[in-house]
Amino acid sequence: MTDDIAPDPYARLRAATPARIGLGRSGDGLPTRAVLEFQAAHSRARDAVHGRADFDTLAAALAPLPSLRVRSRVEDRAQYLRRPDLGRRLRESDLALLPRGDWDLAFVIADGLSAEAVNRHAAALVHETLHRLPGWRAAPVVLAEQARVALGDEVGEALGARLVAVLVGERPGLSVADSLGVYLTWEPRAGRADSERNCISNIHANGLSVARAADTLAWLLDEAQSRRVTGVGLKLEALSPPESPRPLAGEGEGRGFL
Amino acid sequence: MLGKPRMPAYRITLNARTWVFEDLRALMACASPRRSGDELAGLAAQGDEQRVAARHVLADLPLRVFLEQPLVPYETDEVTRLILDTHAAAAFAPVAGFSVGQFRDWLLSYAATTEALAALAPGLTPEMVAAVSKLMRNQDLIAVAAKCRVVTAFRTTLGLPGRLACRLQPNHPTDDPLGIAASILDGLLFGMGDAVIGINPASDSVPDTIRLLQMLDELRLRYDIPMQSCVLAHVTNSLRAIERGAPLDLVFQSVAGSEAANRGFGVDLALLREGMDAAQSLKRGTVGGNVMYFETGQGSALSANAHHGVDQQTMEVRAYAVAREFSPLLVNTVVGFIGPEYLYDSKQIIRAGLEDHCCGKLMGLPMGVDVCYTNHAEADQDDMDTLMTLLANAGVNFVIAVPGADDVMLGYQSLSWHDVLGLRHLLELRPAPEFEAWLQRMELLDAQGRLAPPDAGLMQRMLA
Repeated sequence: MTDDIAPDPYARLRAATPARIGLGRSGDGLPTRAVLEFQAAHSRARDAVHGRADFDTLAAALAPLPSLRVRSRVEDRAQYLRRPDLGRRLRESDLALLPRGDWDLAFVIADGLSAEAVNRHAAALVHETLHRLPGWRAAPVVLAEQARVALGDEVGEALGARLVAVLVGERPGLSVADSLGVYLTWEPRAGRADSERNCISNIHANGLSVARAADTLAWLLDEAQSRRVTGVGLKLEALSPPESPRPLAGEGEGRGFL
Repeated sequence: MLGKPRMPAYRITLNARTWVFEDLRALMACASPRRSGDELAGLAAQGDEQRVAARHVLADLPLRVFLEQPLVPYETDEVTRLILDTHAAAAFAPVAGFSVGQFRDWLLSYAATTEALAALAPGLTPEMVAAVSKLMRNQDLIAVAAKCRVVTAFRTTLGLPGRLACRLQPNHPTDDPLGIAASILDGLLFGMGDAVIGINPASDSVPDTIRLLQMLDELRLRYDIPMQSCVLAHVTNSLRAIERGAPLDLVFQSVAGSEAANRGFGVDLALLREGMDAAQSLKRGTVGGNVMYFETGQGSALSANAHHGVDQQTMEVRAYAVAREFSPLLVNTVVGFIGPEYLYDSKQIIRAGLEDHCCGKLMGLPMGVDVCYTNHAEADQDDMDTLMTLLANAGVNFVIAVPGADDVMLGYQSLSWHDVLGLRHLLELRPAPEFEAWLQRMELLDAQGRLAPPDAGLMQRMLA
């Protein structure tokens, strides 16, 4: 290994960015340690994409809140990645599982692109949010397998909920593989546009904490209920996520992680 | 679909099976190499035999059919109008009698010299170029692209033979100026940044854009670097930044291959022209006046539901017609960035990267490639090694690099400085001449012109 340049002139700069700067050189190539660290990060991200959300444990963690499980029309992960349209649709046979009621709010926990994000943060976020919303009537929490954000529209509509909050695993990066996002939609029904949703993203240990995300979500829910709207109609500068910095990402849905 | 053009059906019998293709769009889509985006759109061939049958039909089709039968309606799409209204019949004349298959043979022939290809470019429409690429193997895409030369300039000259430029991409999750500067200095020590130092901003606000532009310009002046910088904000933000006197070198915009898809990006041709005029009025270039930077990517039209039933690779080449109108300094496809629903795995990404580069060059664009992938695509850094090596042999104008191949803001992987440096040394490709002279002045190059690992003293000077 040849990453032994001393003293490290990069010490000050490394503190300013999470980017992989000052890696050293082995000839023109990356030093062994840097190669292996990169591979470790990539493998974690890959496993998060291809892992399975542990919905049994989630259901236990949600208790005493009732929960139920549904699936999208996707058969497996390979199809999930190729066919976002199927991940947005509820399996027809699962429609009957959803109890119609006078719900203020429905939570949908969708595995999305990071099972790890859902496993780690979703139950806590549901509990913390409801804790901030005394008196709200919440439908049983819907645990959705191989699901994308828009699946929440169909679920919310079937439940008869006025608002649906979809908690979804975001596309893993190398530095963060367990980031959770939340998409909030007023009067969910099939065909809602992304511009009709509000988003809170980057919920993980080194990003937005579950407690702060719950503050924001509860606030948004309150505002959405009183203004009877979500999306651009509810967009407040201080709370809205940054615009997609590279707008080529798929489907106009943030960075294409949905 | 509005104004569906009337087209004849195409029919062929191959291996004792008869195949019918309903129209030219269906034929083009079925002739395309397999990719997830065309499957998602329901346009792809049902199997390999149908795919090859389509190629047989396509090979016998006259090139001029694409002038007579627009795939996207002329009446409702300004990109089609741009393509047909600016078509240079005189430039097209040498190949006007060819079928698509004959055109492929000609492109590979010794008659298709660098000069002949440059003269031909204004006579080619995106559909002709896309069609011929569907008959080309990867090797053909490399060989033909390598014969094309598109030279552009601003403060550096790009696209010269024997050169490989690099966009230094110093993104930071919160646009922290010190964090961005740290990545820039890291890249400069590897000789990166001769194509552009280009930041994807996390913030979309005009004041933030201006702040970053000022920081980049101060850096350029402080180290006296012959370079151009760019903050990849929306063209309207760049226009506002120019109005407020910001030191803006290049106007950036993502573009796509139909009017509706461009509307999804919040742009049209008039707005792009406004951006170009504003940047040119600043006269900040020293060795040239190309002021536009465009990014494209297969799948962007479909993702905006604005693909008009046309396959994603043809739509991509139509985006190059948009770019071509504005004489850009830089164009790159973000090939593996758009996601596995458009390009599923490394085989599809590598093929698409070679297609985009070759088709862009045939259209006359200064084509670069962001050799990249996301974590939900079936690809890894080994695949990027393959694609970058193929592209460097194909004469790509520039590639993109980020620290350690890890873009910590956009959350995807591109190339590292090391990768690009290794390519330059392996294939004896040099940085842009003005930038190379600066590297020499900074004593970063050794006697052989290589960028050897710097000693600690030099790094201390640079970082001071």
